[in-house]
Amino acid sequence: MTHPNSAAIREAALRPLDGAGAGFWALLTGLSLITAWGLAAWGYQLVHGLHVTGLSDRIFWGTYETNLVTFIGLSYGGAVVSAILRLTGAEWRSPITRLAEATALVTLLIGAVFPVIHLGRPERLWEMFTRPNLSSPLVWDLIAVMTYLFATMVFLYLPLIPDLAAAREEYAARGGPRWRVRLYDRLSLGWSDAPQQKRLLEWGVGVMSVLIIPLAVTVHSVLSWAFALTVREGWHSTIYAPYFVIAALYSGVAAVILVVAAFRRAYRLQAFIETRHFRYLGFLMLTLGLTYLYFTFSEYLTEGYANTRASVEVLGLLLQYRFAPLFWSFVVGGVLLPVALVAVPRTRTAAGVTSAAALVVAAMWLKRFLIVVPAEALSLMPGGLAAYRPSWVEVSITIGAAAAIPLLLMLFFRVFPVLAVWEMEHGGVQGVPARGDD
Amino acid sequence: MADELEQHSPESDGSGGMTRRRFLSLAQMVGAGAAAVAAGVLPLESLVSAEGGQPGGAETKVKHDWVMVIDQRKCDGCKKCTEACQKMHYLTGDQQWIRVYETESAAGQKSFLPRPCMMCENPPCLRVCPVGATFQDDEGMVLIDQNRCIGCRMCLAACPYEGRTFNWNDPPQPPAAVAAKGTPEYPVPQVKGTAGKCVFCVHNLRAGKLPACVDTCSMNALYVGDRKTDLASNREETVKLSAFLKENNAYRLKEELNTQPRVYYIPGHGELLEY
Repeated sequence: MTHPNSAAIREAALRPLDGAGAGFWALLTGLSLITAWGLAAWGYQLVHGLHVTGLSDRIFWGTYETNLVTFIGLSYGGAVVSAILRLTGAEWRSPITRLAEATALVTLLIGAVFPVIHLGRPERLWEMFTRPNLSSPLVWDLIAVMTYLFATMVFLYLPLIPDLAAAREEYAARGGPRWRVRLYDRLSLGWSDAPQQKRLLEWGVGVMSVLIIPLAVTVHSVLSWAFALTVREGWHSTIYAPYFVIAALYSGVAAVILVVAAFRRAYRLQAFIETRHFRYLGFLMLTLGLTYLYFTFSEYLTEGYANTRASVEVLGLLLQYRFAPLFWSFVVGGVLLPVALVAVPRTRTAAGVTSAAALVVAAMWLKRFLIVVPAEALSLMPGGLAAYRPSWVEVSITIGAAAAIPLLLMLFFRVFPVLAVWEMEHGGVQGVPARGDD
Repeated sequence: MADELEQHSPESDGSGGMTRRRFLSLAQMVGAGAAAVAAGVLPLESLVSAEGGQPGGAETKVKHDWVMVIDQRKCDGCKKCTEACQKMHYLTGDQQWIRVYETESAAGQKSFLPRPCMMCENPPCLRVCPVGATFQDDEGMVLIDQNRCIGCRMCLAACPYEGRTFNWNDPPQPPAAVAAKGTPEYPVPQVKGTAGKCVFCVHNLRAGKLPACVDTCSMNALYVGDRKTDLASNREETVKLSAFLKENNAYRLKEELNTQPRVYYIPGHGELLEY
């Protein structure tokens, strides 16, 4: 196949930085309004307390904890697509790495707000820093998420440096706007394509690619332990840490596919991001989806076969009774259907894979809800089932947060190049030779 | 037990004297004279004064090892304990720090299970608290500092006995509650966005009084005890704790979880109730 030349790459990457169309502004306004509504709902909650949620002493965690796991999970796509593909020298990744890494940062930022939203006294959050109890899984969460957030920023920033230098030259040559020239100049750290700089950058990106993987694994492992380290049936499970990690990777790859599809269309990047990119990402997603299904099966078989009263009750709730419609919707809509869409050659198109990814993202929210809530619905004492229905406040905050993700990405890619120009020109910063791809 | 009693003799130091006074006042509360005549009951005063005058060791600081004993043979499920507790701590809504569950045996026999905080020696709620708002005091009481609790509800997740409640809203508190200082021992008024639970009415115990629930139980099914002195009292009598537990096959809830609860149950289904 013919590779787009350097000028075309630069043009495609830098063009979208100026001159937004009416569609952009319309979408931006819409998403801003939804996000503002979510923020207003949060304000309402801050004033009135968590009383405005559907939570109770029995079901004390619900939508916010679901969101926190879900949104942070979406950020894993950036780690996989960028880090693993970089380390394995998968050359095809270069047009989508920037999108993947930015998705990771934005979803993580949004996800990291939920631990604050869920607190009864968010203004006391600082105590987690000043007087942390190191034996608490929530303190591990905080440390892991902060570290991962920092690493994600660095991982996004490093390969961006040469592109910022390119943008600086472009705008300096055009003579404006001044804020852009100044911003790119400041952020590109005097990049001049010198051999020593290249060596340093390659080293830095290489180190971060290795580091970000265990960091990402840590985050979802400790998130899972907030549940698994209790004695509740349905939560207390040794499989939870890897189970959460696979879930995050699965939904993360799906999120990357959605973002890539959206920007490919909006920024007209079809020349760079081809059908094969969707195919490859689709295969990754398929593998992770089947792994997740396997983990789910292993978990429930192990719990159910023992036939203890508590395990039978939890599984009954999930597979047969109250939560069964949601659970089977997840199995069909979140795994079987997406896997089929990718597996069948006829539907293995950009549109088919994107539809599969949309199903996965939605269904994985549902799956997290089914992890958080049913285990609480059962009483640990001689009591009946507890009920939970998210309130309008919880729904508003959730939708607002979901809208903030595309909103932040749209803003980000108004300022920063959407394609990893330098990497595409140089065939990867790892010095790994380009492979003969189809 | 005898060693412990000796170590904590009232004459050993100034605080030991306090101990004695408190014990005496507790004994007066429950009527030491009446208690003495009951079978298997030791007069509190004589037990305390029988102690030797040994100098105290490092453990001397710990004056009490409070426990609760709940006699299911006497509980009729009236929930007066719950109401007294709610009144004492200005709990609102359906918050119950001592909750009375109803259970049914395989033979269809109903019994009541009042559940205060288990005051575990090995409390799961304490380990998970991210800011150390839940703590154990010198006497092993598991308490919450309402001024530190961030409201993450990890303790609600960790407690195997569903012993924790949460102030979801800004609970309406009368002036009397607002005027209270709000200590971990007497967490009043209730604070929005923080966790709460039974505190064994430690403020009462330290003043030589019974906890609100024990003091209200008209069936005398609730006892508060001290493993240091090996005594336990309900409103009516004082018993020798270890013998009382042993003779009546006392058990603790979810022993297999190794939480080491400080609440003992005497199994039964209300058979000692006289109507």
